[in-house]
Amino acid sequence: MSPLFLLSFVIFAPAVGALLLAFFPKEKGDAIKIFTLLVTLVTFLATLYMALPADGDAESGKFSFAEENVAEIQNVVSLPWIDTTAFRMDYLLGVDGVSFPLVLLTTFISLLSMGASWNIEKHVKAYCILFLLLETGILGVFLSLDLFLFYVFWEVMLLPMYFLIGIWGGPRREYAAIKFFLYTLVGGVMMLIAVLMLYFASDIRELTPDQLAAAQVELPEQETDSPVHTFNILALQQLGQHTGQFSHELLAGKSLQWWAFLLLFLGFVIKVPSVPVHTWLPDAHVEAPTPISMILAGVLLKLGGYGIIRLCYPICPEAGYQLAWFVCLLGVVSMVYGAFAALAQKDFKRLVAYSSVSHMGYVVLGMGVWSATAGNLYDADAWKMGMNGAMFQMIAHGISSAGMFFMVGIVYDRVHHRNLDEFGGLFGRMPVFSGIAVGIFFAGMGLPGLCGFIGEVFVTLSVWTYSKALAVITASVVILTAAYILWTLQRVYLGPAYKGPHGEALTPITPRELAIAAPLLAMAIVFGVYPMAVFNYMAPAVNRTVDDMAAWAQRTQAGAPAPETANITPPVSLAAMETPSLRDTDQNMQD
Amino acid sequence: MNLFEQLDAYLHDTLHVSLPAFGPELAICATILLMLVIRVLPGGNRFDSFYVALVGMGVALWWAAPWDAHTVARQEIFTGLLVYDPWTAYFRGFLATFALLFLIFCKISGIVDREDSPDFYTLVLGGLLGMCLMAASNHLLMVFLGVEMASVPSYVLAGIIKSRRDSSEAALKYAVYGAGTAGIMLYGISLLGGLLGSVHLPTMAHRLAELLMAAENSGGDLAQGELLVLALGGLMLAVGLAFKLSAVPFHFWCPDVFEGATAEVNAFLSVASKAAALALLVRVAFGMTSIPTPAVEVEPPVEVAGFFAVADEPVEGESPSDVSASTAEAETPPSLETLSPEEASSALAPARTYVAGLIALLAAITCTFGNLAAYGQTNIKRLLAYSTIAHAGYMMMPAAAAVVLIGRDPVNAQQAVASIATYVGIYLFMNLGAFAVIAFLRNTMGSEEIADYAGLVRKSPGVVVCFALILFSLVGLPPLAGFLAKFEAFAALANAEMWTLLAIGGLNTVISLFYYLRVVKVMAMSPEPDHRAPFRFSLVSVPGAYVVAMTLPLVVLILGWDTLQRLTLTAASRLLS
Repeated sequence: MSPLFLLSFVIFAPAVGALLLAFFPKEKGDAIKIFTLLVTLVTFLATLYMALPADGDAESGKFSFAEENVAEIQNVVSLPWIDTTAFRMDYLLGVDGVSFPLVLLTTFISLLSMGASWNIEKHVKAYCILFLLLETGILGVFLSLDLFLFYVFWEVMLLPMYFLIGIWGGPRREYAAIKFFLYTLVGGVMMLIAVLMLYFASDIRELTPDQLAAAQVELPEQETDSPVHTFNILALQQLGQHTGQFSHELLAGKSLQWWAFLLLFLGFVIKVPSVPVHTWLPDAHVEAPTPISMILAGVLLKLGGYGIIRLCYPICPEAGYQLAWFVCLLGVVSMVYGAFAALAQKDFKRLVAYSSVSHMGYVVLGMGVWSATAGNLYDADAWKMGMNGAMFQMIAHGISSAGMFFMVGIVYDRVHHRNLDEFGGLFGRMPVFSGIAVGIFFAGMGLPGLCGFIGEVFVTLSVWTYSKALAVITASVVILTAAYILWTLQRVYLGPAYKGPHGEALTPITPRELAIAAPLLAMAIVFGVYPMAVFNYMAPAVNRTVDDMAAWAQRTQAGAPAPETANITPPVSLAAMETPSLRDTDQNMQD
Repeated sequence: MNLFEQLDAYLHDTLHVSLPAFGPELAICATILLMLVIRVLPGGNRFDSFYVALVGMGVALWWAAPWDAHTVARQEIFTGLLVYDPWTAYFRGFLATFALLFLIFCKISGIVDREDSPDFYTLVLGGLLGMCLMAASNHLLMVFLGVEMASVPSYVLAGIIKSRRDSSEAALKYAVYGAGTAGIMLYGISLLGGLLGSVHLPTMAHRLAELLMAAENSGGDLAQGELLVLALGGLMLAVGLAFKLSAVPFHFWCPDVFEGATAEVNAFLSVASKAAALALLVRVAFGMTSIPTPAVEVEPPVEVAGFFAVADEPVEGESPSDVSASTAEAETPPSLETLSPEEASSALAPARTYVAGLIALLAAITCTFGNLAAYGQTNIKRLLAYSTIAHAGYMMMPAAAAVVLIGRDPVNAQQAVASIATYVGIYLFMNLGAFAVIAFLRNTMGSEEIADYAGLVRKSPGVVVCFALILFSLVGLPPLAGFLAKFEAFAALANAEMWTLLAIGGLNTVISLFYYLRVVKVMAMSPEPDHRAPFRFSLVSVPGAYVVAMTLPLVVLILGWDTLQRLTLTAASRLLS
């Protein structure tokens, strides 16, 4: 299968499914659900096919396995889309180790949450159409490499999500839906401004042939005097790292890339979300139906982290260097604040929502630990560890938080309340369910052997070289996390027999629920025991991104060209052991 | 040159040069006459004028072509009163297209009975004629005439339903406001004309350049008073344009008129009138701040003495037009000879700053006010009235950017102007679609209150989906076409590095979400009222098909957006050299 077909299929199969659903009769609720499930399944299988080793066949659409050390963007699809004298946009898709695990996570969680949607009875047809459109939007963001296309997909997600919360949600759904919409739209507008800034500052004529090839762009055939702007994310990365086009002063003594970084970053952390722009998340989660909560926590939040690693740092390295403290601070504050807020919650779902805020703080922190400074000879190992940890944390959190929300949903479906003080003793009534729930909550807590541990420990260790104080705080958040998770488990599952409302409804877990919960727990265990299952795909691309940054820092911050022999032997570290390949930085230094 | 030669020259110019380039307007005139004549014929009052108007506008559209051809040069017609260039061609094509869609809309909604149809369609076409002149004007006299010719039929249209009290009130308010602002504009024109010695826009730009240069050379003291009067004149001229654009603070008529008039008339006012006003804004703003491309001298070797155009062809350079050894050149002050286009252009920099600042300020206030005021509305037409005010603000933003860009890079300036044309083109479908839904819902359920739309999604899901798409397109959410319009407008601002205005525009997008979303929320999420009379409005019907036809372009445009972009880039290609 050619990359064009495969990637387009992955993105647009759900949308086409939604279109077909429009012709289903409204009354056939079950047929609609089964069809939707099939569409999500086919999409998942398509991404699974991509995960197979490519065996050196570049046209197969498969992902070149990490043993081959392919860190670059693969399966690039580049078709001209809009090409006038004013704008140039391409239908540019591609996948690399950063985006691929997230794509797989998206289709996986979508499949499971569609399975969790079976007890939706209201307006089933509209629900399924919106659900599939949402999936298209998310996959489009992960796979597009053209900034305009990226932005379009980013905003496409808004409308389905708004309606999914606003129509199928809980009592305060309309408030929660508009809050979600508003926050995300603000972020979107900031991104749009940054996108336009970068576009009009860019000029690909300054790139060398090598860089042009790496960025998958070609110069126009005729020589022109006027600048050739680009929306190509890869080209913008090259421009940001190798030219000074984004470095001129813009406003208030700050450079263009400083502002662009800030605007993009704020747009992304609204999605992540970080304190203080996180307040939409608890509301949206509490009101959203269970499957939508799973998508929201499992996938949607990851878009923010993905944006930061794909756009913010590679395009605006200088700004990232200057604002590293800001990024780290935001991450740590989110972790601490989220954990304390979670401790204070009385609502089961709200607690899980705040735990997401806390856990996603690790992601922001891990990405921000810019350790490659002059002080340590631009040794980027710690940062690599942090970045890998952050990426792993996104996957792990995608699994564990989707699972946690599903666990809450199962209980809520039975007893119709989420008041933590009225639970207790579920273990006696629903032993299998409680066992799975405890496993998934432990995964969220970061118990060694489960998926949450790897990401958290990587990030925590990496912070040490950046700031000892932050590292201490980061490490102590683990205690808070353990506190609220264990306390929750105790209040909900353990203790004397259940005395809350609707006690008679506490029936054991059904096979359908088990079929959704079991894969999540299985993945949590697999990733915890064998993290290389993720790192094999992810690490080369993540390491390359960090190496590029470190090389940039060495070139520009040292004030002198890098010596030929600057290839520092990395000290043996956890990152070096766990991440199979530290890509040779020679190439970057020649640039 | 004696009198006969002079007359000969005029005759030749009119018959062989100007009239062929004036086709669509002639077609409109002929249609109006035909409709009036048919009415007085025996049995003519049983004839539906709709078909005459439809054929007439079809001819006008056909004659407006080629509107995408690169071959259309800038050509002054009627001795400099009007100008025929791609910009004119685009807007005439746009207006004719709009007229066709609008006529069909009126026919489907049945707003006019057979009896009244000649009145209604005559007024509509009469207004369109004025709008065509606005888009083509090259002379402040024509600016005034065009604005008035477009406005007067609109006053009547606003009150076309004779029995309704608020309709008449709306018409009166509109007329009084219109008259007032027209007076101010005329005064502004006389100030400018008196000071610059001409009201022919290219000539004015030259005179202005000289004046500004003189003021600069003299250290700023010499012409201080004159500059003040100029600024005042420009401000007063802007008042007239702001009225047509319904820009704050000259928007007060807009909500009342929109609430009082029918949804059909609202569509006419919000799309056609606004498009013409924007085209005119660009004409005036560019005319006063840039030296245009030398107009192409068309064949006749007989020199047409500029009667209205005092200095018909002042730009010398390599232009071949200096064969004109006529009155025009004799009257030209000698200093003009020494002013090269580059010098003139740079001398106009203060004028550009002033004009761009004025437009940007108006745009920012208009946009913000419109969006904030729309928030509390309960009547859908009134809400959309404020929405059109807000959109006028968005559309004026790239005009400000374009004026700024003239001095930096003409190509970028033209791209900025093209974004206005794109916006207008997309706006046509958004507002025509929105008002079509409103009119059809009025016909079926007899209400224009947002509260009465509650739970509409149960009754007619297809219509609600279309209306929601139109409203989200008005917000500017991708992948709908409204986003593309906004994207281009914001891109122009970014290109001109007008960050404050860009931030205001972005903020306004967020504000506007609230009130559009409220309508959608009421339709899709609120429970249905118990006492609603039964009605049926399915997409599988003629009105439904019309709504779909308006919505579909908004959804699919993103796939082939470059076609529209090329069209508008061509439209803007001859505004500057």
